[in-house]
Amino acid sequence: MKIYGVAILAACFLIGHLIGDSLGRLFHLNGNLGGVGFAMLLLIFVNDYFKRQNILKPETESGILFWSTMYIPVVVAMSATQNVKAALSGGWVALLVGILATGACFALVPLLSKMAKIKK
Amino acid sequence: MEHLVKLLDKNGLVFAFLVVGLIMYGAYVISKRLTKSRIPGAAIAISIGLILAYFGGEKGLASIPAFSGMAFLGGSMMRDFAIVGTAMGASFSEIKKTGLIGLLSLVIGTLIAFFVGGTIGYFMGYTDAKSFATIGAGACTFIVGPVTGSAVGASSDVIAISIAIGVIKSIVVTIITPFVAKRLGIDNPQTAMIFGGLVGSTSGVSAGLAATDVRLVPYGALTATFHTAVGCLLCPSILYFIVNYFL
Repeated sequence: MKIYGVAILAACFLIGHLIGDSLGRLFHLNGNLGGVGFAMLLLIFVNDYFKRQNILKPETESGILFWSTMYIPVVVAMSATQNVKAALSGGWVALLVGILATGACFALVPLLSKMAKIKK
Repeated sequence: MEHLVKLLDKNGLVFAFLVVGLIMYGAYVISKRLTKSRIPGAAIAISIGLILAYFGGEKGLASIPAFSGMAFLGGSMMRDFAIVGTAMGASFSEIKKTGLIGLLSLVIGTLIAFFVGGTIGYFMGYTDAKSFATIGAGACTFIVGPVTGSAVGASSDVIAISIAIGVIKSIVVTIITPFVAKRLGIDNPQTAMIFGGLVGSTSGVSAGLAATDVRLVPYGALTATFHTAVGCLLCPSILYFIVNYFL
């Protein structure tokens, strides 16, 4: 049943958030430290394990795949609900820092990829 | 009319499905007819979203009555749920191939954003250590900014600026990524992971990659989500102490 897949996804999501939340408490920060990342890693492991054991039914898998294909629509809804006006009215500091700091990070992508290739 | 608004508000999430579906359809028609599919439909849909948000208020389009459900569909719970779902398309062996460089990209990305951001703020008049750290942290993501700001005790207008910086970053990343992806070599899982770690804005990276090549989304999103975690750890602690020592 499709709901099994959705339930597996929900379990990974919640466990990941629990780990992120506990880490946040550990460091006395008001936030979730990488909960989504842990949830993703968990799902990757679970998926890998199920596939190797050959126990993941296509029907179950489609319950997870539905939500992954809903990703772009959700992002569209997210961009439609950003405070774009405030971001633009944050003044020159916000605009300059936002653009230049981002540009600096972009510029380093080829350099680090080259390092990755040397390591191979 | 009032009756209709009430009805749509009450069924907000369902109405949001309809609205987003129409935006997506319009975007893909524009992509195919006007740009011969050269600009991806997803990129156009996201841009339409941002433009619509400008005409709304604090919550973008969701500030307009009847469109309140958009805030739920585009809220952090649904976003994170869908992002985690994309992990189904990621393979563990590809992630292992990136290895330590992926981790390194996280730390370097945080350092670069923090110091480039903070320095620009410094030259624009925000010269105290607290403002430097908060503005620098805002250049990581719009979550790291306020977390750092409240941890070091920065003033509320500086915190507001740090949020604005993070939002502008995510918008810039969303728009720019599909156009520069080829030149930066972002066409494989490894580079996508390095890109996610360096740039870090989860919403920007995943929206940008979605518009570039959907298959790369899980890899970029995976490292990008840890970028916020690394930023929240380093900015209010070690990095703030360093800045405090020199300023």
